[in-house]
Amino acid sequence: MSAAAVEITGLVKRFGSVTAVDGLDLKMPRGCLLALLGPNGAGKTTTVEVCEGFLRPDAGTVRVLGLDPVREGRALRPRVGAMPQGGGAYPGVRAEEMLRLVAACAAAPLDPPWLLDVLGLSGARRTPFKRLSGGQQQRLSLACALVGRPELVYLDEPTTGMDPQARHLVWDLLNALRADGVSVLLTTHLMEEAESLADEIVIIDRGRVIAKGSPSALTAEHTEDAQLRFRARPGLDTELLSAALPEGYLVREATPGAYRVAGTVDPQVVSTVTAWCAQQGVLAEELHVGRRDLEEVFLELTGRELRT
Amino acid sequence: MSTTGARSQSRFEPGTFTPAPGAGRRGRMLLTHARLETSLTLRHGEQILLTLLIPLALLVGLSLLDVLPTGELDSLSKVDWMTPRILALAVLSSAFTGQAIALGFDRRYGVLKRLSATALPRWLLVAGRLVAALVVVTLQVLVLGAVAALLGWSPSASGIAFAIVLLVLGTLCFGALGVLLGGSLRPELVLALANIVWFVLLLAGGILLAPSALPGVAGDLVLLLPSGALAEGLRAALTEGTVTWGPVATLAVWGVAAAALATRTTRLT
Repeated sequence: MSAAAVEITGLVKRFGSVTAVDGLDLKMPRGCLLALLGPNGAGKTTTVEVCEGFLRPDAGTVRVLGLDPVREGRALRPRVGAMPQGGGAYPGVRAEEMLRLVAACAAAPLDPPWLLDVLGLSGARRTPFKRLSGGQQQRLSLACALVGRPELVYLDEPTTGMDPQARHLVWDLLNALRADGVSVLLTTHLMEEAESLADEIVIIDRGRVIAKGSPSALTAEHTEDAQLRFRARPGLDTELLSAALPEGYLVREATPGAYRVAGTVDPQVVSTVTAWCAQQGVLAEELHVGRRDLEEVFLELTGRELRT
Repeated sequence: MSTTGARSQSRFEPGTFTPAPGAGRRGRMLLTHARLETSLTLRHGEQILLTLLIPLALLVGLSLLDVLPTGELDSLSKVDWMTPRILALAVLSSAFTGQAIALGFDRRYGVLKRLSATALPRWLLVAGRLVAALVVVTLQVLVLGAVAALLGWSPSASGIAFAIVLLVLGTLCFGALGVLLGGSLRPELVLALANIVWFVLLLAGGILLAPSALPGVAGDLVLLLPSGALAEGLRAALTEGTVTWGPVATLAVWGVAAAALATRTTRLT
């Protein structure tokens, strides 16, 4: 257990004139669940593909379990499981056949039928890959990443295209992996996924690390004011509520039904908000005072404008 | 959120995922991979049409109907003249065209990348496909040979062993050419090109028409194509029982060149 699970120093990767990763440093200890966050095009997948040995770095060093993923890939691959973005299987292969092939590549694999069952794929065992739904393809890909009982897994946006039940299953699975000592490098767009699961979060943008730390450290560090959050039915008149509050407070509906009150929160403010809601005949649920959530931090760091 | 809650609520027993890494046994990897590749080919309708039904239709049709230029036949029966050429066509169809198209779409679906991320060594990735190609060609030869026998085919016994050598070499050569084409271009383009090449070689590549039937130097040039070399080599072996080294050299040169080029141009996705 000497070397880190992943250790990246000064990684640069260019595609033509585009610099996808621009001097990235990252250290992920063994047994850690690290979430790599960033807007589209930030360099997350490129970083993971360099770690997988699919791409050669233009500069910098990458060590995975102490090995060079390109030169020592053959020694490394049996120890690592990967879930690349967008699946990966023969178009006509049946789900169980594909998993059995990947299992045959490992010395002591998990039982393929059991794993299919756990991932809710037993009904699709004989379904050709191209006829599986997007979420089913994702779950099969996850099964392929785990079946070899690896020390380290790369999961590139594992819950994309999954329904809520499947997402919760994956989160349960990720917790079980971590509890059993598997190192997990996860990329995701879901802030709540990263915030609730990860030991370490690394936010990257334009190929560089712009923030890192534990979820609680990140959210505590990047906040000046506490804020008040609550849920209620969508479409409340936020201007009216702002007017009911003292000067300088701003209320906005972040996503439908999720409201945020920015400004110094004191008992009077909480009382005003709940009273105003009562007046409107609305039940304010999940009333929460405190630090901002990871999504707020992320947007503050990476900007709110849409990337083109 | 509750997902980070107590482990006791997890549906997984502690220790379920405790790492136990390591590569599988090579023989088992090769067997599983080759068996899967074979059964994917055999259950693919278009592949069966290409690799079996079209050669069968040509074999039966041209052996029974009176459409062949009789001048080429000399003293041979039509089925004796036809069968070696159909076997060459069978190799072209499965090892080249079928292989190229399958590889093109496999790449689009990301399977090469998926398998490259496992403990399966790169050479096994190629070996599995080769073994599958050889199994498919064996099945083709058995079916086509059985049907030809029913039509009265009587191959020269002394040439059968050499014909097998040519069939194996032809499979490897066309397989390498198929990987060269299917491993580097977009699948739609691979589909179009692999079918065009199949059709051109069938008509003008020394398979349906004997090189000697082609005008001027065309006949000599066609013998330098892998299709012409395989068809002529098989014809000499199976009708005359002759061992000819020219076709072997031609197939070997094409195969080695294609394989060398393919190792540089093949992309995982």
